[in-house]
Amino acid sequence: MPRRSEAEARLADVAVVAFAQSNIFGERERNEVEILMPVVREVFDKVGLTKNDIGFTCSGTSDYLAGQPFSFVSALDAVGAWPPIVESHVEMDGAWALYEAWVRLQHGDLDTALVYAVGKSSMGDLLDVLSLQLDPYVVTPLWPDPVSLAALQARAYLESSGKTEDDLAAVAARAGRKIDTNSDYIASPLRRHDCPPITDGAAAIVLAVGDRARELCERPAWISGVDHRIEQHALGARDLTRSASTKLAAEKAGASSGPIDVAELHAPFTHQELILRDAIGLDGAEVNPSGGALKANPLMVAGLERIGEAAQRVIDGNAKRALAHATSGPCLQQNLVCVMEGR
Amino acid sequence: MSDDVTGIVVPLRLEYHYTPGVAASRFLRHIAEGNYVGQRCPKCKKVYVPPRGSCPTCGVPTDEEVELKQTGTITAFCIVNIPFAGQAVECPYVSATIQLDGADIGFYHLIQEIPYDQIHIGMRVEAVWKPKQEWGPTTESIAHFRPIDATPERSGGTIG
Repeated sequence: MPRRSEAEARLADVAVVAFAQSNIFGERERNEVEILMPVVREVFDKVGLTKNDIGFTCSGTSDYLAGQPFSFVSALDAVGAWPPIVESHVEMDGAWALYEAWVRLQHGDLDTALVYAVGKSSMGDLLDVLSLQLDPYVVTPLWPDPVSLAALQARAYLESSGKTEDDLAAVAARAGRKIDTNSDYIASPLRRHDCPPITDGAAAIVLAVGDRARELCERPAWISGVDHRIEQHALGARDLTRSASTKLAAEKAGASSGPIDVAELHAPFTHQELILRDAIGLDGAEVNPSGGALKANPLMVAGLERIGEAAQRVIDGNAKRALAHATSGPCLQQNLVCVMEGR
Repeated sequence: MSDDVTGIVVPLRLEYHYTPGVAASRFLRHIAEGNYVGQRCPKCKKVYVPPRGSCPTCGVPTDEEVELKQTGTITAFCIVNIPFAGQAVECPYVSATIQLDGADIGFYHLIQEIPYDQIHIGMRVEAVWKPKQEWGPTTESIAHFRPIDATPERSGGTIG
């Protein structure tokens, strides 16, 4: 078995070369395809490509959000799948679709990939929809909603860390949320400003390899490391006050091998940003200049948006080294970390 | 000795405020007025009905609306003999894909007013609308399609 350093040396150099996104609050008329199509067009226009130039396409969507089976198949209408294209899909946030595309590009036979995600969270009762990701035998029948579960985590975190509700409010304030510490709790200790807005949206990223990336983008955001880890499904089996999976993913992605200028953390709830900061160790980094998921949280999309926002900082020359994080599941169950750098 | 737990009942109900989208909404509003209106792809020029707002071949928006004739050709059909829950039509009946004149893809509807053993691919058909007061933004505003100038021999079982 080769030593890790040798294996690493053989990894293809993959970069984010373009990013586009659209966040909407309460989409009235457009369907997912109509939300996604202008985003895909924008990301193609940024690098002058068409679907015929793309080697691999991968998407992240959820049938539970769409309320219909195989919704990702119709979402492909936004790309155009003729002549037949090489395509895959994850029933996860688009950040994991990006991971699959990154792995696919390691095969060495393709030099570009399109990654997209679309989610229309406003169509159903999001709290009920998200209850269905829990254990179907002993947890889902009780219909615990994601805000209540996050509040369990927040309470455990405040008790163990000595942090206060004011510390949570400070996170919300940095995300641009209107703070009202006298407002009623949604689920103690979480108030409205600690929780994400229900958001519809879409995002798309173009990945490219080596010289192809340099052709398409003056300053590509090179992915120097990417990793994702998952924890137990049973909430009681986890230490909710820490994120062991984020810590390990960050280590494997090489987060600590140099200073991080900017970090985009996928923290839908205020206390989760603090837990993530602890797990990754982000001394001196600017965190969530975009406002993060507290500002816009399109389900299935917000994680990919973190990668896009961080990559855009590198592409624009505003960061040398950027870190992006995406999460999935209740209470930060599964986490992905992607480190990117300009060269 | 033990009572095995062989199953649990967990009632689930999710409600959605489904939106057909801009393109399909426009199509359905036209249907409520008695018109079949598709959309043309600006790139490959194909006309889609019902339109979905994008060309699934080219991946571009289809903004141009094209009013279609209400005559067309059967491109495939099947005879449904098995009843199922929620079935709106009595068995046996014929469902078909019909390519309207001026359209490039077929769509689904019922064929009636002809013995089912006389239906064939390539048969020319026309839309039969329900009474105007029953029109609405639904393809059910059309009762069914029937052969044009058909003089069916009453040999097989008749439907409709």
